[in-house]
Amino acid sequence: MKKIEAIIKPFKVDEMKEELSKIGINGMTLSEVKGFGRQKGHKEVYRGAEYQVDFIPKVKLEIIIDDEMSGKAVETIKTVANTGKIGDGKIFVLPVETAVRIRTGESGGSAI
Amino acid sequence: MKVTRTWSIPLLVLLLSTVFGMFNLVGAGDVVPEEVAQSVFPAELFQGKTQAEIQKELPISGAYRDETSPVEETVTVDVGGAEKKVTIFRYLTDIEIMQYRGDVLWTCIAAFLVFIMQAGFAMLEAGFTRAKNAINIMMKNIMDFCIGTIAFLAIGFHIMFAGPDESLFWLGSTAATQWGFPFWLFQCVFAATTATIVSGGVAERTKFTGYLAYSVVICAFIYPVFGSWAWGSLLDGSGWLEGLLGVGFYDFAGSTVVHSIGGWLALAGALVIGPRIGKFAKDGTPKALPGHNLPFAVIGGFVLWLGWFGFNPGSTTTFDGNLARIAVMTNIAGAAGGLGAIAAIWAYMKKPDVGMTVNGFLAGMVAICTAVDVVTVTGAFIIGLVAGVLVVFSVIFIERSLKIDDPVGCISVHGVCGAWGTIAYAFFGVEEFSITVLFAQLIGIGVGFVWAFGTGLVLFLAIKYTIGLRVTKAEEEEGLDIGEHGGEAYTGFPVHDLTP
Repeated sequence: MKKIEAIIKPFKVDEMKEELSKIGINGMTLSEVKGFGRQKGHKEVYRGAEYQVDFIPKVKLEIIIDDEMSGKAVETIKTVANTGKIGDGKIFVLPVETAVRIRTGESGGSAI
Repeated sequence: MKVTRTWSIPLLVLLLSTVFGMFNLVGAGDVVPEEVAQSVFPAELFQGKTQAEIQKELPISGAYRDETSPVEETVTVDVGGAEKKVTIFRYLTDIEIMQYRGDVLWTCIAAFLVFIMQAGFAMLEAGFTRAKNAINIMMKNIMDFCIGTIAFLAIGFHIMFAGPDESLFWLGSTAATQWGFPFWLFQCVFAATTATIVSGGVAERTKFTGYLAYSVVICAFIYPVFGSWAWGSLLDGSGWLEGLLGVGFYDFAGSTVVHSIGGWLALAGALVIGPRIGKFAKDGTPKALPGHNLPFAVIGGFVLWLGWFGFNPGSTTTFDGNLARIAVMTNIAGAAGGLGAIAAIWAYMKKPDVGMTVNGFLAGMVAICTAVDVVTVTGAFIIGLVAGVLVVFSVIFIERSLKIDDPVGCISVHGVCGAWGTIAYAFFGVEEFSITVLFAQLIGIGVGFVWAFGTGLVLFLAIKYTIGLRVTKAEEEEGLDIGEHGGEAYTGFPVHDLTP
C-alpha cells in the first residue's frame, strides 16, 4: 500500500476528485493548508500599510491505494494539477504498513 | 407619489363671502372680489404686502417651495349673488407650515431607510457569494453609493426632473430653497438602489474599474432617462409614459422604474460578462457555487425589508395618514412572497431552502411597489404570493434553461418580479379591470426592458472592449479580494474555496 500526499491549488479540487474517481479512486482526505515553496507569498495592503503574506493557501490531498495503482494516480494528479505556473504544488509517495476499517475490523488491502 | 391636501379655508371663504355679499347688496357699494376674498384670511398671511408683491415671490415650481414661500390659491366668492373665482396669493398658515415640515421630515426618514438598503444589498450579495470575493463586493457597494450620489447630483437629477426652463445640474437653484433637498435625497437613494441591484448579477468576476465605469453611466444616464419618462412630473419634468393611452403608465414606487430597470441591466451585464468559472459543467449542467455566509445574507434580507418601509411609504413624499396603509401592504406582500417561495421550493426540491426564501420575500416587496398605494389587502397578498412562487421558477429557468449565471438571483427578483408587479396593477390596483390600463402597463414594461437591456448591452460591451469588464482567469480563481484590492476579508482563516 502507498500513501499519496499531494499539495495542490485549491480550485483544482473539484476536477481532481472527478478525474481520480474515473480511474477508480473513490476515497480521499482533504485538508486546507498553508505553505510556501518556490512560489513564496504575495504582498497585501491593509489600510495603506503593505505587508508580506508568506504562507499561501493550498489543499493537501491524501490517498491510500494499492501499490499497482499508485503510478496511475500520480500521473493523474500531475496532469490535473498542472497549470504550468509556479505554485502548482508537489506530490509525495510514502509506503504504508497497514490499514484498518474501524467499523468491520478488516485490515490490509480490503480496508481501503 | 402625489400630494393631497385638505383645505378648510376655501370653505370658510365661501361661507363668509356669502354673508359679506348680502351685506353689500344692502349697502349697494362697489364690491372688489379680491378684497372680499382677502378679508376672510387672517391678515398675517399677507404680511402687509400687496397681492402683486406676494405674487413676485411665488416659487417657480414645486421644486423651489419653502415654508416661507407664498402659495397661489383659487377661492370662490359670492359677489352680489354671483359666484366668482378669485386667485389669492398668500403665505402659509401655521398648520400648513407644520404639514410642510412633516413632509420634509417623513421624506428624509424614508430616504434614510432606503439608504440602509445599501447595507442590505451589500450583506445579501456578500453572503450569497464566496469568501474570496467579500472585500470586492463590499467595495462595489460602497462605491456605487458614492459614485451614484455624485453622478445623480451632477447630471441624473436634471435629466430626471428638470423642466424646460430651470437647470437642476448640481441641484441648480433648488439649493436656495428647502424642498429640493428632501426630494433630491429620496430620489438619490432610489437611483443608487438601481445601480446596486446590478452588482449582484455580475458578482465575483467583474473588474473593479469596469464596475466603477458602469455605475456612473447608470446613475447619471440610464436610470434618470427612464425615470423622467415615468416620474418626471413629480417635480418640474413631464414624462411621456405618464399620459400613455390616456390612462398613464402607473408605477407608484418603482417596480419597473427602479427594480426592473436594475434587473434588466443585470441581465445585460451577466450575458456580456459570461458565467463564473466552474458555474456550468462542460455539458452545460449548472453547478452550485454556495455562498459563504448565509446568516449574513439573511440579515441583509431583513435590512432590505426594513428599508422597504421607507421605499414604499416614503414615495408619497407626504406626511399623511396613508403611509401606514402603504407600510402594511408592503409587509403583507413581503410575507406572502416568503410563503410563496418556501412553498414552491419545498415542493420542488423537497427542502425549504433559505436562499430562495429570502429571494421570495424580496420578490414580494419588489412586486408590490407599483400598486402599493391603491391595492386591497387581498390584492397585496396575492401579488406577493405569486411573486414568491414566480421567483423560484424564474431563478431555476434562468440558470438551467438560459444558462445565465446570476450569483444572487437579482434578474429574477428585481427584473421578473418587478414586471409581474407592474402588470398586477391592472388586476389589483384599479377598481374595474380595463384593457387600456393593462396595455399601458405592458407598454411601460416593454419600454423599460428595451431601454435598460438595450443601453445595458451597449454599455457593458463598450466597457468590455475598452477598459475591460472581466478579471483574468487566474485572478478569478484566486479571488478578487487579493487581485483587485490587495487584501483578504477574513485574514487568518482558511477561506479559499475548494470550488473554482
